[in-house]
Amino acid sequence: MMMEVREEVLNSEELAPGETWELRLYVAGQTTKSVAALANLRRYCEQHVPGRYQLEVIDLLLHPQLAEGDQILAIPTVVRKVPEPIRKVIGDLSNEERVLVGLDLRPKSR
Amino acid sequence: MQEALLSPAAALPKLAKAPTGIDGLDEITEGGLPLGRPTLLCGSAGCGKTLMAIEFLVRGVQGYNEPGVLMTFEETADELAANVASLGFDLRQMQANKQLRLDHVHVNRAEIEEAGEYDLDGLFIRLGYAIDAIGAKRVVLDTIEALFAGFPNEAVLRSEIRRLFRWLKDKGVTTIITAERGEGTLTRQGLEEYVSDCVILLDNRVINQITTRRLRIVKYRGSTHGTNEYPYLISEDGISVLPVTSLKLEHTVSDEVVSSGVAGLDEMFTRRGWYRGSSILLTGTAGTAKTTIAASFAAETCRRGERCLYFAFEESPAQLLRNMLTVGLDLQPFVNQGLLRIESSRPTLNGLERHLVTLHKMVKDYQPRAVVIDPMSNLTSVGSLSEVSSMLTRMIDFLKVSNITALLTALVNGQHGQPDLTQEGVSSLVDTWVSVRDLEGVGERNRGLSILKARGMAHSNQVREFLVTDHGIELLDVVIGPAGIITGASRLTQRMQEEAQRVVRQLEAEQRDRELERKRRVLEATIANLRTEFETVEEELRRIGHEEHTRDAALRASRSALATGRASDYLPAQPNTRP
Repeated sequence: MMMEVREEVLNSEELAPGETWELRLYVAGQTTKSVAALANLRRYCEQHVPGRYQLEVIDLLLHPQLAEGDQILAIPTVVRKVPEPIRKVIGDLSNEERVLVGLDLRPKSR
Repeated sequence: MQEALLSPAAALPKLAKAPTGIDGLDEITEGGLPLGRPTLLCGSAGCGKTLMAIEFLVRGVQGYNEPGVLMTFEETADELAANVASLGFDLRQMQANKQLRLDHVHVNRAEIEEAGEYDLDGLFIRLGYAIDAIGAKRVVLDTIEALFAGFPNEAVLRSEIRRLFRWLKDKGVTTIITAERGEGTLTRQGLEEYVSDCVILLDNRVINQITTRRLRIVKYRGSTHGTNEYPYLISEDGISVLPVTSLKLEHTVSDEVVSSGVAGLDEMFTRRGWYRGSSILLTGTAGTAKTTIAASFAAETCRRGERCLYFAFEESPAQLLRNMLTVGLDLQPFVNQGLLRIESSRPTLNGLERHLVTLHKMVKDYQPRAVVIDPMSNLTSVGSLSEVSSMLTRMIDFLKVSNITALLTALVNGQHGQPDLTQEGVSSLVDTWVSVRDLEGVGERNRGLSILKARGMAHSNQVREFLVTDHGIELLDVVIGPAGIITGASRLTQRMQEEAQRVVRQLEAEQRDRELERKRRVLEATIANLRTEFETVEEELRRIGHEEHTRDAALRASRSALATGRASDYLPAQPNTRP
């Protein structure tokens, strides 16, 4: 029901180039893992990079052709498009430590 | 056809199969891979797994109108397309025609962090999408083991792979999964436990520095199949599997007789030649004109306007043409007309299997009515005797089935005279066996030719001496001396003796004639004398007769005159009548 939603949670004034996170979460239908992953991801973002992330959810059941572009095999997968390089974290994202390391979701210290 | 021949239980529904379209593979799998099920193709590096899998897809598109999906985990689509372009597979065109879909799955462990539970639905969705997009019937996963490098959680992976194969079966697509050969196991990751329908093992072996690739069907659930190891080759046209023993002795035979190209040799067979489509073995020691006889046969074939394929393992075409010209066999015009093709190569150039495939290919392309292999014994330098034997068996079988007359020459090392090729097992395969050999006599060698066997035809039992003249092979008449058939100088001696005797006899006859003539002349002279004598006597007698006659007449005349005179003379003297 909330698949393929684009959540614009950007606060442009606070954003400096290179300090924004563009994330894309691939799911396949409303599975437990997918729901958990989305919830977890949103929570981490709000906690660590509030207002400085862009989250796109793609349901591959609806858009199977999109799986090839980001080389998606595992579901759920979250892809960090920006900042470079591209990183992927797979799983329901229950392991917070690994998600934060994998996506490097930490506010840059100034 | 194959299945119908093999199975007595033809009434029961058989396991549906998807023909691969790969040369020979359908024959040994008796129809192809299990339809709608996964097949595991495993083998060590460099034995052509990917190629065989791609060929399966391409043949499916080309021959059976079955679109295919190729999911590759190692090479990119571009790389694959470039790799198989050399085989004439235009993957891009097929992609454009929506007959083929390539999906390169890139798995990079460094990019992926694992955080919690996951499954491989993404892979399923991609594959499902690719299959549905073109309505694919065939799928290749090459090599799914790459996933093991990309995902750390093996337990998840294994259960997902199991689910994937189940899912592919439900989809009803015929799938080939390639996998690397493991130590002591068929595959490195033990994939064989998931794929239980059909497992094909490819193997690459180097024996005596010659590589032979072999294929074996490890299992094929629900179907009989060839169980041997079958050599296969990767040629310019893709993969060819060569079934060794699947060919049966069911070929039709021809009753037509073709000339051997040597007039004298034809005479030795009651039907003046050998059967079309039969195989002829020509054995002989070194320098017994095997090649010349073979070339005569080739020339004769061309003279009939039929194509002949000549495999020369010892001479280059130019050398062969030159050498044959010296014995009056001008083969060049036949080459120019396209009736004769000479294929020269060293036996060591290729493995045996490749020779066989070359032959198959050339026979298919060129469609000859006769094939000459000169000499086949050289092939033993490439393989062991048993390998050569099995290769020759297949070759002869193949030619027989195609109704192509095959002339094979073989060198026998023979101080012992009697050639023994039984170790190569060829003699029992051929229909006609002609042996040429040295007849070593007093200080000279002569060439002798004999027929050891000729199936289905009576033949001469004589050893015929023959000469290689500047107008071809000439069989000499049999000369029987006091101690049997004689040859060479003895033949000449015999001939000279006969000549001398003949001259003597002729002289005697002439003398007799002259004697007779003389006698005749003497006799004639005598006859003439006698006749002369007779004539003299006759004349004398006639003269006497004539004189007598004359005298008689004179006498008669004078007598009548006398009578008349008396009358006149005496009348006046008669007194009565005087006046």
